[in-house]
Amino acid sequence: MSREYETVIGLEVHVELATKTKIFCGCSTQFGGAPNTHTCPVCTGMPGALPVLNRQAVEYAVAVGLAANCTINRRCQFDRKNYFYPDNPQNYQISQLYQPLCVNGGIEIETGRGRKWIGIHEIHMEEDAGKLIHDEKEGCSLVDYNRSGVPLIEIVSEPDMRDAEEVIAYLEKLRLMIQYLGASDCKLQEGSMRVDVNLSVREAETEVLGTRTEMKNLNSFKAIARAIQGERQRQISLLEEGKPVIQETRRWDDSKECSYPMRSKEDAKDYRYFPEPDLPPISISPQWLAQIRACQPEMRTEKLARYQKEYGIPEYDARIITESKRMADIFEAAADICNKPKKVSNWLMGEAMRLLKETGQDPQELSFAPENLAKLIDLIDAGVINGTVGKKVFEAIFREDADPVRYIEEKGLAAVNDEDALKAAAEQVIRENPQSVEDFHRGKKKAVGFLVGQTMKAMGGKANPQTVNRLLNEMLSGISEKSAGSGRGERS
Amino acid sequence: MGLMDLTAAELGKKIRAGEVSAVEAAEEALARAEVKEGQIHAYISLNPDYALKRAKQVQKQIADGTLSGPLAGVPVAVKDNICTRGIPTTCASRMLEGFVPPYSARAVENLEKAGAVIIGKTNMDEFAMGSTTETSAFGVTRNPWNLEHVPGGSSGGSCAAVAAREVSFALASDTGGSIRQPSAFCGVTGLKPTYGTVSRYGLVAYGSSLDQIGPVAKDVTDCAAVLEAIASWDPADSTSVKRDSYDFTGALKDDAKGLRIGIPRDYFGAGLNPEVKEAVLRVAWVLEEKGAAAEEFDLSLVQYAIPAYYVIACAEASSNLARFDGVKYGYRAAEYAGLHSMYKKTRSEGFGPEVKRRIMLGSFVLSSGYYDAYYRKALQARTLIRQAFDSAFARFDVILAPAAPSAAPRLGESLDDPVRMYLGDIYTISANLAGLPAITVPCGMDSAGLPIGAQLIGDCFEEKKILRAAYAFEQAAEYAGRSPAAGKPAGEKTAAAPEAGKGGAQG
Repeated sequence: MSREYETVIGLEVHVELATKTKIFCGCSTQFGGAPNTHTCPVCTGMPGALPVLNRQAVEYAVAVGLAANCTINRRCQFDRKNYFYPDNPQNYQISQLYQPLCVNGGIEIETGRGRKWIGIHEIHMEEDAGKLIHDEKEGCSLVDYNRSGVPLIEIVSEPDMRDAEEVIAYLEKLRLMIQYLGASDCKLQEGSMRVDVNLSVREAETEVLGTRTEMKNLNSFKAIARAIQGERQRQISLLEEGKPVIQETRRWDDSKECSYPMRSKEDAKDYRYFPEPDLPPISISPQWLAQIRACQPEMRTEKLARYQKEYGIPEYDARIITESKRMADIFEAAADICNKPKKVSNWLMGEAMRLLKETGQDPQELSFAPENLAKLIDLIDAGVINGTVGKKVFEAIFREDADPVRYIEEKGLAAVNDEDALKAAAEQVIRENPQSVEDFHRGKKKAVGFLVGQTMKAMGGKANPQTVNRLLNEMLSGISEKSAGSGRGERS
Repeated sequence: MGLMDLTAAELGKKIRAGEVSAVEAAEEALARAEVKEGQIHAYISLNPDYALKRAKQVQKQIADGTLSGPLAGVPVAVKDNICTRGIPTTCASRMLEGFVPPYSARAVENLEKAGAVIIGKTNMDEFAMGSTTETSAFGVTRNPWNLEHVPGGSSGGSCAAVAAREVSFALASDTGGSIRQPSAFCGVTGLKPTYGTVSRYGLVAYGSSLDQIGPVAKDVTDCAAVLEAIASWDPADSTSVKRDSYDFTGALKDDAKGLRIGIPRDYFGAGLNPEVKEAVLRVAWVLEEKGAAAEEFDLSLVQYAIPAYYVIACAEASSNLARFDGVKYGYRAAEYAGLHSMYKKTRSEGFGPEVKRRIMLGSFVLSSGYYDAYYRKALQARTLIRQAFDSAFARFDVILAPAAPSAAPRLGESLDDPVRMYLGDIYTISANLAGLPAITVPCGMDSAGLPIGAQLIGDCFEEKKILRAAYAFEQAAEYAGRSPAAGKPAGEKTAAAPEAGKGGAQG
């Protein structure tokens, strides 16, 4: 008989901080760049080089700690984590073990089952490692130290999560919070957010935790959800067969939907941590802390309330827009320029979301200037273009941040408001569609819709549909007055 | 008397006065090296081209008035664990053979700004681990006073070069006595500044929390002048300290009035050679005659200094030396199969036995399950030692101590018994553990004709007090500036003993 199992999950989340320079030297943190171009003696571990702490990194880490309801330690220090690997130029990583920066926090998540508090054990600072590139052709490995020394925080949760839904809710909340703080862009694909899943199972109603494994190489929320499911099943199967779960680090292969052991406890490394003698302990003075607190930006909950109050948009709109800091920023800026918040919100929730889905992008990747959206809205309102053309223009804004004024001009998309030209087109349509004209005169007023459509088409979509509608109605009525079939419109 | 017999201050004066050019001074240093190196081997590398080019530049700057400091044009030797841009920096290890740093240590930059001309890089114990300069991968350095004896270590090359009149002064580093002990053995004056006074940027780290760069010179005046040149607050070294004053030469007054000198009984008990004891204690008498008050006291905790020091230094070293792995620079084993084999072979072949011993010791004391028993305990002992010095400095301005239990041992005597060698550091390591400044001044000769040095230890940031005491003693004694009759035992100087009130050797 199969027993009931509970999954117990804790996460270690690494986040690259958005500082311009590295944590212990002045090198750029920019992603990309030719190998070993963002390096110096410090981040390549040259003899005699010494680390100097980047204050901005500490401030970002404290900001995240505050937002995650942590206690910020007044005094913290760095420790050396010793292990040999070529991506680690000093063969030790400067991290924090004994006195991390932030402790004892947590955030509230919301799932289908309601609200839940997920504890955060600690948030500590450390430096990122370089990248190994294996050259199969030459049969050698090369190291790129551009990423070496990029500041990271590691957010260690308590084992408070019970399934993938809670994990994803926690991660989404965390990511949104950090994005709002501007502390990181949290991109899983680019590795600026990395998630390790610690998972164990135990029989329901038992207190003692089972043996856990650590899962690495999880590059998307979907992969995380699949890995959790897969690992839960793997552990349950072992237990059902009476086999022990081995404490080990495993690597998830998302394409095969299974995991492989990376290293087990037996060859677990002894990191020989000790206090980093090159960096004096950091003391976070009450003044510094107050300063960071005062600079804390508006978080989502506050924005959600303010958008409804200040901009008068519905809660539903506000929720969707504030789900991404980038989208919220665009909304606010565009609404402030054109003073039509609901219209801005409609474009973002409608067309922007549709295009994001189509291109498989994240709202954080929206890259157009809010001015251009504001301009577009004004242009439509002024009747320079109609809504249909507007969608076309928006797509250009979305894709290439096009200036709508110039784009409309270049593509000749401006609405034709010359009534003569419109009348000529309408006449042509009337002539070519006697059936519809007849239907109209028989009282099927809807038939005019078809004629409007045909006229719009003839005008290449550039006509104002209201004007066409009015003209057609006038013309058809005129025809009926004069007697049907005369077929000729009046020309002056 | 040759140019290299002059002190740095004297030579600098002549250069500024136009009596001698910086180029002539550099040429003289190189010529002296040519004569002496066959016997002494103080240098790992000499850089005549670089030195002469620099000397010409400096001479030009002196001529056009842009350089006017006391060290302008004066030749200097730099210990080979201090990075010099474009000049090989090996730490006396095969591991860094041929390594040319693309940057200079801050202390070197400061020195070059002051116009000093680097002649070459001096020999040392491999990665500064040793007390005799015998662990160098590039051969031993011999004591200029007696070629059968070691110069001390780890800065044996710097001290021997100054003692043998191959150069005007030298830079060295001190982690547990590496400036002070070889200075004593070579009869020169060496100063370890307060931790944080001289930037460690560019000093290849041994024990990061203990290392300091300092001067080795012919007298106290030079030590003060060089310290003034090299000390700076450096944002690139987070442990560097912004001091209220960088004036050190202001302390050079021939007067010890009011100085309270503490003589720790713990440092003058069993294990100390009687000749050394007598010569060092005589320093107190000399200073008392100049107005100081000396008093014996119990420092306590001295027996914990050596274990605490070796635990901390080796722990830090095991991590600091991890970067030498064959991946990025330096030595890499010629043959290996895979990454781990490359690491193992590179490090097995690249490091000498003493370095390996300390890396293993350090890795052991940091390993899981032993950290609390060793490393944490050592940190606690360090705190207590610091406190013991705090209370001592509440009563005294200067603590007088030997620099080593005896004069320089014979070559080959020390390495067989590393524990005995470690115990020889007893008088010097506490200053490193507590971050204190300390200076060694020559204070006598033993019956075999080898120099004896006395150590004066001050409270943190109180270099001026120890400089003043050392200067006052130097003026009364005749040991500073004395040079060995190189190549053979120091003949008639053997029996020389300090006599209070006698004029110094320098005019």
